Amino acid sequence: MQNKKTIFVCCGTGCQASGSMKIYQTMQKIISKLDLDVEVVADIKKTGCHGLCQKGPLVHITPQEITYIHVKTTDVQEIIERSIIKDEVIDRLLYFDKQQNAKIQSKNDWSFEKKQFRIALRHCGCIANDSIDDYIAKGGYQALEKVLKTMTPQEVIDEIRKSSLRGRGGGGFLTGLKWSFAAKAQGDIKYVICNGDEGDPGAFMDRSIMEGDPHTVLEGMAICGYAIGANRAFLYIRDEYGLAVENMKKAIADAHARGVMGQNIFGSGFAFDAEVVRGGGAFVCGEETSLIHSIEGSTGEPTSKPPFPANQGLWGKPTIINNVETWANVPVIISKGADWFASIGSEKSKGTKVFALVGKINNTGLVEVPMGIKLREIIFDIGGGIEKKRKFKAVQTGGPSGGCIPESKLDLPIDYDSLIAEGSMMGSGGMIVIDDRTCMVEFARYYLKFLSEESCGKCVPCREGIKSMLKILNDICEGKGQEGDIELLEEIGSMVKANSLCGLGKTAPNPVLSNIKNFRDEFEAHIKDKRCPAGVCKNLTKLYIDQEACIGCGLCAKSCPTAAISGEKKQPHVLDEAKCINCNSCRERCAVDAIRVH
Amino acid sequence: MSEISQIKSETLKIAQKYLPERRFLLAILQDIQRHYNYLPAEAMKTVAQYLNVPLVKVCGMATFYKAFSLTPKGKYIIKVCDGTACHIKGSLNLLSEIETILGIEPGETTADGLFSLETVACIGACGLAPVAVINDEYHGNLTPASLRQILQQYQGGIEDAK
Repeated sequence: MQNKKTIFVCCGTGCQASGSMKIYQTMQKIISKLDLDVEVVADIKKTGCHGLCQKGPLVHITPQEITYIHVKTTDVQEIIERSIIKDEVIDRLLYFDKQQNAKIQSKNDWSFEKKQFRIALRHCGCIANDSIDDYIAKGGYQALEKVLKTMTPQEVIDEIRKSSLRGRGGGGFLTGLKWSFAAKAQGDIKYVICNGDEGDPGAFMDRSIMEGDPHTVLEGMAICGYAIGANRAFLYIRDEYGLAVENMKKAIADAHARGVMGQNIFGSGFAFDAEVVRGGGAFVCGEETSLIHSIEGSTGEPTSKPPFPANQGLWGKPTIINNVETWANVPVIISKGADWFASIGSEKSKGTKVFALVGKINNTGLVEVPMGIKLREIIFDIGGGIEKKRKFKAVQTGGPSGGCIPESKLDLPIDYDSLIAEGSMMGSGGMIVIDDRTCMVEFARYYLKFLSEESCGKCVPCREGIKSMLKILNDICEGKGQEGDIELLEEIGSMVKANSLCGLGKTAPNPVLSNIKNFRDEFEAHIKDKRCPAGVCKNLTKLYIDQEACIGCGLCAKSCPTAAISGEKKQPHVLDEAKCINCNSCRERCAVDAIRVH
Repeated sequence: MSEISQIKSETLKIAQKYLPERRFLLAILQDIQRHYNYLPAEAMKTVAQYLNVPLVKVCGMATFYKAFSLTPKGKYIIKVCDGTACHIKGSLNLLSEIETILGIEPGETTADGLFSLETVACIGACGLAPVAVINDEYHGNLTPASLRQILQQYQGGIEDAK
């Protein structure tokens, strides 16, 4: 029993896409052949996201605390022989930390982890994600027990209000206040809903929590159920999130078997039950009234508020809807106290926020940071700076409802209010880092195209306004932009914002308006000079090879799909504009930045 | 058994896993979509009868939600991720490469029924952007050239091109 080691293979979606399932299977096969006293928790279904998806598949071994990155099936035998049977560390598989300029043994010491603070993600990667035993061993369901045995519903609501927890789905409404509305609302039937319809492209926080730590979500919901007097819960989860649906269903069944869900929980007389509803794949269903209609079995079209769901929600009954990450915070607030929670974060935004840090950044992955942290710290200290040492241009937050924060605002403390003041918003937590090779006009067009497809069509300002704005942006990107287009975009945008029925339309123009505000010169270059400075819009881009800079390595010629590049080895190459389709393949490959935009 | 009556009985079997309540309409349609890879007209009629819901409501659901298709899809479904991270890392170049090779745009199926092309908004593998998923097999860090090779493997009839 001396040699009891646990191997955690990250099987979040990011690592699975890099092949972590095969790592796990190989590991099991080899271990089963050895007569070893090693506990393998490395089940494909078992550990959630460790965070640094880009370096996946990640393997973590305890108690030595060794983290291996980019593990391949061919490495498994060696890992077992050297790090499990013996106590050696395989240097080759360690993470090289550029900021510390050294190889680091444990993920706990990575620069990526240093400024993070984990509340919602506290268990992700540290527990087997389909095991209620692991969750209970970490103190799980103690908060529910505490609430049922020692607190009145009103005390629970007061505690959440005191913590100043705000909704993590984007709006940032005070969670405790919302609960108090539902508690006061008349009616003997009330409902609790988890919004797991994470539709924001470029965001996967909620997915990771549901995959990696499903019980914390259930516990948070049960606590709310007790506080407002609801006995039934629904979890609306995107159908594309197969693993999240599966883990959540299993968690519900396990919770029933353990008696932490069902009738008379902890002998208190309180009953609570939950079921999973698979979403139909409509972005608008992230809006709470749409989501409610979708659960009822209708098309997910929003209705105007008031009445708010806290008074009249699912089947007309008082209903509390919170986002996955919000639920994950609730048990911790109850366990550690509202004062502890409120001591973290900025003045008006307490606690932490999980971000999906993606785009042109070195460390892509999931990060959880205290509110009020500076953007610069997230991007350069945690994120490790911009990929390929290129120039930082902006960071996009809030997805299709948000906007871009330019370089001049890098020292902005991140919280709900500061982001709104900059014309963006917190949103659910996508944080997309953009370098100088991203066209801000095309980027705005991208979000508008997404929204034009996702607008449910019920109200005219959203349906027609977005369509008109998209047409103008398409024209600008194709080189058909006209004088006055920018002003027209601003005019239609403010109309859509002011007159749309639900949150989708009210925020839809944000990506466009914020890009115009911060990058007006790029819009003007497209319209007046018929030029795309970032070299993205194909009709407006002409590439050439800088004869001084080219070292003649030939990588560009190899990557060109139309054979437009030619040249002798070690001699400057040339690009035939007639053949070039502006796909940028060569530009991405060139190591010396010799491919330039006219 | 004729094709229509077969669809009817199969659909009814799927629907009867749920109580005949309106709230299960979405779930039943999802299961049917999964079974047939699309929603046959006869299946929608059967569901409408089972739940006692007007057929127009069922059709409304079928056209509102992205998960549903009214036409059969191809043997291989190529899902090109066009989440934000993939987008700024060149997912549009992948789509135009597929259009060049297979002649289909997102939402279409090749005439031989081999490939369907779709775009999805974020599959959560942003660390590997740009990503495409072909029948649950992930392909990351793609370039137009590497995607071309992968498609050729599928065209060559390799069931599990890796």
